[in-house]
Amino acid sequence: MSGKAFDFPQAEISWCAGCGNFGILNLLKDILAEVVADPQRFVLVSGIGQAAKLPQYVRAHYFNGLHGRALPSATAIKASNPSLTVVVTSGEGDMYGEGGNHFIHTIRRNPDITNIVHNNMVYGLTKGQASPTSARDFKTPVQVNGVILEPFNPLAVAIALDASFVARVFMGFKDHFREIVKKAILHKGYALVDVFQPCVTFNKINTYQWFRDRTYFLDDSHDTHNRMQAFERAIETGRFPLGIFYQQTGKPVFEDQLAAYQQDKAPLFQRKPNLEAVNRIVDKMRH
Amino acid sequence: MSIMPVKRIFHHDVSVVLAGEAGQGIETVEQILMRIFKSAGYHVSATKEYMSRVRGGTNTTEIRVSSRAVVAFLDRIDVLVALDPGAIDHVKDRLSPKTIIIVNEESHKEEGRDIFSVPFSKIAWELGNRILSNTVALGFLAALFGISAEEVIVQVRSSFAKKEADIIEKNCLAVQRGFNFGLQAVDRYQLTIQIERNADIKKQLIISGHEAAALGAVVGGCNFLASYPMSPSTGVLTFLAQHADEFGIVVEQAEDEIAAINMGLGSWYAGGRALVTTSGGGFALMSEGLSLAGAIESPMVIHLAQRPGPATGLPTRTEQGDLDLALYAGHGEFPRAILTPGTIEDVFVLTAWAFGLADRYQVPVFILTDQGLLDLYQTLAELPVVSTSISNEPVQTEPDYKRYRFTQSGLSPRGIPGFGQGIVCVDSDEHDESGHITEDGAVRRAMVDKRMKKHELLLEKVLAPVLYGAKDYKKLIIAWGSTFHAILEALELQKDPDMAFLYFRQVYPFPETAIPFIKKAKEVICIENNAGGQFSGLLRRETGLSVHKKILKYNGAPFSVEELVRQIWEQE
Repeated sequence: MSGKAFDFPQAEISWCAGCGNFGILNLLKDILAEVVADPQRFVLVSGIGQAAKLPQYVRAHYFNGLHGRALPSATAIKASNPSLTVVVTSGEGDMYGEGGNHFIHTIRRNPDITNIVHNNMVYGLTKGQASPTSARDFKTPVQVNGVILEPFNPLAVAIALDASFVARVFMGFKDHFREIVKKAILHKGYALVDVFQPCVTFNKINTYQWFRDRTYFLDDSHDTHNRMQAFERAIETGRFPLGIFYQQTGKPVFEDQLAAYQQDKAPLFQRKPNLEAVNRIVDKMRH
Repeated sequence: MSIMPVKRIFHHDVSVVLAGEAGQGIETVEQILMRIFKSAGYHVSATKEYMSRVRGGTNTTEIRVSSRAVVAFLDRIDVLVALDPGAIDHVKDRLSPKTIIIVNEESHKEEGRDIFSVPFSKIAWELGNRILSNTVALGFLAALFGISAEEVIVQVRSSFAKKEADIIEKNCLAVQRGFNFGLQAVDRYQLTIQIERNADIKKQLIISGHEAAALGAVVGGCNFLASYPMSPSTGVLTFLAQHADEFGIVVEQAEDEIAAINMGLGSWYAGGRALVTTSGGGFALMSEGLSLAGAIESPMVIHLAQRPGPATGLPTRTEQGDLDLALYAGHGEFPRAILTPGTIEDVFVLTAWAFGLADRYQVPVFILTDQGLLDLYQTLAELPVVSTSISNEPVQTEPDYKRYRFTQSGLSPRGIPGFGQGIVCVDSDEHDESGHITEDGAVRRAMVDKRMKKHELLLEKVLAPVLYGAKDYKKLIIAWGSTFHAILEALELQKDPDMAFLYFRQVYPFPETAIPFIKKAKEVICIENNAGGQFSGLLRRETGLSVHKKILKYNGAPFSVEELVRQIWEQE
């Protein structure tokens, strides 16, 4: 499959040569061409950061909003027109740092959106400070003696919150990336895919080779419906497992449960103000 | 020591104040009492004043019962029902020798005042539930106004229709017991209350400011609300949540105000018509989102319900302290509109209007209210439930659609994803016509010009201020928002042939039609419920005109009619 439908040849890409984002962009366009039936009903949402520029380079509707705030906007886009397929693509600083509160509560809400988090364990756009997932002792111009904070563990947090789909991939393993991200987009409910990705400019530790050496694939012995097992895999640190950690089918999604859609399935833009209902309520105020 | 009561006669307009601890059920009494007075054919309004606590303290509600619609806050108390021991002290400055003071026999300690004692708690206890003391008070008050116990019982039965039969019967007994004490009070004070009854009022509605805002939003086409609870804005969230299925609107309690406004913007992007309702502190968190609305040229409607700050301030009280906040919030430069309703009807009409304005010009629009206005209840003949939308509906996009296309009018047709064949790209970075990031200086300048031009376009639809009082005036009061009723009533009381009042329903963009009205006056008095005189500052910046006198109040209470009379006409 080729990503033609989503190719945007005019794009002036501002990533460094060799950046892991290129791989993610190309793989994502291929996957979208395969799984998105109607590109007119597909929306990319991002925040701010190098990863958050990805929508700029795709021929697709996009909402490139504020740093950390992609998830609330994406949730509302889906809730305002449930026929849209919504994919959020942004970096770990955006999702786990600035937008940490939204990350937690979006999982609780469980909208039917896919959340792809480019995780390179460093801040790129602001030039090399620690990110929420930077390892302890990682030295930066700000963390001069090395990071002293515990790295944020997005998968463990998501599983603790009973997220409906939790996965991790490394962008260097293309076939695996394709398989998992495809499943994430097709999954009904909130789907988190944390993507290991090297930053060739500001992170000399977590390189392509580092990720190859320190990851392994979850195999058939892992039961993706077993939350305890998923949590155990999520807190492994020596070598990081890749694959689907946890998934649930049939968990109710946010927009399906909204009162607005119980009687009427029409997206909001097709609705007219219900003046009859207003008059009914005004009349009740007379008694 | 006993004091001989003086004979009491009240005409046309009676102010009843109910005082009790938080959690004692004062609000229930207020709601039923308003219905009782309305069905008796009286105009009625209620103004609440309460503490930021769930139990204890003293909360009061002032109910004005009158032959013509008057809804402003009065200092004067004609009848005080003091259900808690601290109540008399709480309102002591508002009592006069003429005030009839009703106390709860069991809890009243004070001596030396002319009081009328009713065993509210004892009766309630005998009937088996302390909460019934409220119903005793209903029966008591009805008797003072010449309303029969039967009329009260009809309202009590309908208000408690969902309760068990036993509870309803006990409430009816409580009404009768209270009513009998009320007759004794009438006798003792030789009380006469003369208020003309008007049968038409029975058909009127009883509505609050927050209900008017919520219903106005629906009429304006609101179909998405994301908010975080914060007094005094929460009533709008609650009301719309409770009717979300009937109206077919999405209502979500966000994790914080930052999420709320970013949800709102996401909804507008996808074709929804979103509202956020919040107060100053919550809106402060929305500032960056407001700026995003400016950057992506998204419509947005913000109901900013003011309360006294800074920071947490006085959470349950009132102030007009956030005009400057609404005016200057958000980094960068972009246009906005600020609507300032002063009556319940205007809250309704302007909230509906805000959606059309926001949609047409693709700008954020504020509706600035406050606790006093939102918690006000009143009888009202009618609400204009008609769609007056000036919206531009989202366009069906063509394949070559560009979200930020430069046009003659300055407005780019607003497309949404999934409607048409074009691609809709919005970006918080500076962008080109297609919505893609650019750092081209010429494009940047053109985009800034395009956005800023909407300030001029907003003037096409600016709401002119409304003049009240003398046509050939020498002195002019200017004011905005919730001070309206108290100013108008003061003006009507004084009948000063030299004085007029210019009421601003929109303060920004500043309505230029106001300028000749202001220039005509020899003296301009600006009345605001804040300490800084924010509106007179806005006037000076926008027009170069100065006011001669500022009447400012910032103790957390609304202006009363009496204090305005004193301050405007410099009495005492």
